[in-house]
Amino acid sequence: MTQTHSTVAGAQAGGLRELISFRIGAQEFCVDIMAVREIRGWTAATALPQAPPFVRGVINLRGAVLPIVDLAARLGFESSETTDRNVIIVAQIGQQVVGLLVDAVSDILTVTDDVIQPTPDVASDTAKLFVRGLLAVDGRMISLIGLERVMPDLELEAA
Amino acid sequence: MDPLAAIRETFFQECEEQLAELESGLLAMEAGDTDPETINAVFRAVHSIKGGAGAFSLEALVRFAHVFETALDEMRSGRLAATNEVLKTLLRAADVLADHVRAAHDGSAVDEAHTAELAEELKALDPNAAAGGEAESEEDWGDFEFKPMAVAAPEAPPAAGGWRVRFAPRADLYAKANEAALLLRELARLGETTVELDVSALPALADLDPEAAYLAWTVTLTGAADEAAVREVFEFVDGDCELEVSRLAAAGADDAAPLVEDTGETLDIGALLARVQAVADPPPPPLEAPPAAPAPAAVATPQDPSSPPDGQGQPRKPEAGATIRVDLERVDRLIDLVGELVINQAMLSQRVMEAGFARASGVAMGLDELEQLTREIQDSVMAIRAQPVKSVFQRMPRLVREVAAMTGKPVRLVTDGEGTEVDKTVIERLADPLTHMIRNAIDHGLESPEKRAAAGKPAEGVVRLAAAHRSGRIVIEVADDGGGINRERVKSIAIEKGLIAPEAALNDEEIDNLIFMPGFSTASEISDISGRGVGMDVVRRSIQALGGRITISSRPGKGSTFTMSLPLTLAVLDGMVVSVQGQTLVAPITAIVETLLPKPGDVHSLGGSARVIAIRDTYVPLIDVGQALGYRAGPLDATQGVALLIEGEGGARAALLVDAIQGQRQVVIKSLEANYQQVPGVAAATILGDGRVALILDIDTIVAVSRGADSLRAEKRLAATG
Repeated sequence: MTQTHSTVAGAQAGGLRELISFRIGAQEFCVDIMAVREIRGWTAATALPQAPPFVRGVINLRGAVLPIVDLAARLGFESSETTDRNVIIVAQIGQQVVGLLVDAVSDILTVTDDVIQPTPDVASDTAKLFVRGLLAVDGRMISLIGLERVMPDLELEAA
Repeated sequence: MDPLAAIRETFFQECEEQLAELESGLLAMEAGDTDPETINAVFRAVHSIKGGAGAFSLEALVRFAHVFETALDEMRSGRLAATNEVLKTLLRAADVLADHVRAAHDGSAVDEAHTAELAEELKALDPNAAAGGEAESEEDWGDFEFKPMAVAAPEAPPAAGGWRVRFAPRADLYAKANEAALLLRELARLGETTVELDVSALPALADLDPEAAYLAWTVTLTGAADEAAVREVFEFVDGDCELEVSRLAAAGADDAAPLVEDTGETLDIGALLARVQAVADPPPPPLEAPPAAPAPAAVATPQDPSSPPDGQGQPRKPEAGATIRVDLERVDRLIDLVGELVINQAMLSQRVMEAGFARASGVAMGLDELEQLTREIQDSVMAIRAQPVKSVFQRMPRLVREVAAMTGKPVRLVTDGEGTEVDKTVIERLADPLTHMIRNAIDHGLESPEKRAAAGKPAEGVVRLAAAHRSGRIVIEVADDGGGINRERVKSIAIEKGLIAPEAALNDEEIDNLIFMPGFSTASEISDISGRGVGMDVVRRSIQALGGRITISSRPGKGSTFTMSLPLTLAVLDGMVVSVQGQTLVAPITAIVETLLPKPGDVHSLGGSARVIAIRDTYVPLIDVGQALGYRAGPLDATQGVALLIEGEGGARAALLVDAIQGQRQVVIKSLEANYQQVPGVAAATILGDGRVALILDIDTIVAVSRGADSLRAEKRLAATG
């Protein structure tokens, strides 16, 4: 356990880490596998009043109320109509458990830290907020997403 | 947790129980209870705390408990009358003792000066000390007949003869600066004593070790002192001496009875070892059989001579039912699981209905039974968490004493319904608001004694704290018999603070409710007692956070009453399931007064989007829930929906317009905040029979928000973060 934690933190240079890659539209993203609790199919969510557009609502995850974040909307893409083929990645973010709505999960990648390239300087705020690095896999570009900022920030909203 | 820490934790838990026992005993005595068993219970409580504290070497606690116990012992033996003055001192001493226990528990500091002061007061209570000596002490107890209860040693003769005490100090006793002569003098205060010095162990001068102990004494004590009292004299040298206490053969006899007689086996061995060692090895090493600890059960009970001499048959208070300590987490886990069971059972029922089984079919009937059972299990599990409000009520007398002393207002606290049970979480979160309200009631509610005299009221103000179950909720009232709310002043303060417009026309109830406004209470008018930076708005918020409501009623010159209505549990809720724009929502049934189908002529527009509905000649605001929560942009045609007439906090009425009512159901409350955040207008979430999440409406916020009080949203956020 302690060892996997240290790979999550990426403390050791060249340490191995596992990533789950998924698809939103034509783009590919990945998150650290240690943050992922489970992957499940899409079920209709109960809408929440006064929620930001990227919060689809809440669903019942074995008795717990789980908010669903439409990752496409959150990352600033056109969010498509959800169908049964959509997938929810249940992720642990800090103390909270959140469902991330994506189009499909594609792969599990095992990479070393040095494969992950730093995010190039771009003007996009979304990139600055979420993208932690880029990977090139078989000619495809996969963005590594940091989940800390996925949920709306209470303090920012209130201000 | 290491075993010692666990034992220590248990000790502190028991201390809390003993302190509660102590306080309720003293209060009962103050109220005129003269039952000797009450005094004994009080004494035992302090004694147990002292005993436990000694085991954990909590010196300060032991010292104070000892002084306290001495005073109580005087009272127990009838030498100290239980006057009101004395009891007031004892109650304050109980507070200090509680402080010491808490300090020992969490390592905080104790007010040493206050402790010393009370220790002195307690010592001054001792009639012997007051009379200045031991000489007169004997005549004080000629009137009392003592019946040793002898619970621990039933074979002991019931005669009030006396004791033979053999006392052989070890070198350690002197090394710790104790003095045998003082102990003997202390013993002499318990009755008439004959002291014999045993010098048999004294060696020749040449062999004498000046640091060793060679002397022993045998004291024959006649009188009515009980064994615990005798042993108590030696409490502080426990372990540093050989001590045997044996009963004299016959009452008043002072002939030499065998030294070891009638005592437990341990003592026999101890005595034998003591002798063997005294002969064989003059400077005695520590002995493996120290004197037995004083047995609290073996206390003498002063009895009315007219009552039948029943010795052991002394009627005791009925014992509380057997209890076990259970880790709260296990209970909560069980409650969670039962919540899941309820949801699952509902889902199963729904599936069975969908599958088209007839109502009378075996499957449907079996399901009905299952539903009954599930409900019963749920109720029973909830009852595990239910506790009497006593645990929070009993903290209040102390608070009242303190605030009364600070304000110089004599106050009497009357409590009622302490046995009313409610969920433990509710109880825990009640302590702060109640504390604040009682402080307020004394500080602001009650008038000064002079004003009371002028108004023809008794000087002593009364604060009443009462709890009762009422229609599935617990209602707690804090009432004072003071001057009532000064509405003129409240209004002028509210205008000054900009909370209301100067020309606002408010009725009495609205003015009274101003004190709950955020910002009403500010630093400029905070006294030390009520202040501490929280106003009534914080009280209201904490009550609302518990799903409760608080209202005030006040009559000038008669006093004010704050009434809190709280759910019995925070885990389930009786709800009305409604649909709004395709969404399923749950409205707490406790807030709903009635439901009605609006007719075309009932609904009137008040300009803009504001609408009112006529309900039997009164107009109440009509709020479209779908609009309020942002589910739809335009208003619903009122005649197409159902209106729920609700009564919010402070009795304000409004009608909530929904599309349809689906039914009533008990729902399990699930937190939205755990994984998300607070949502304005939504109190919590629940899971319905179809497995989907439904939101539970926060009716008061919806009403407030649609009144245009946008500030309330900000207030909600503050409450969430604060």
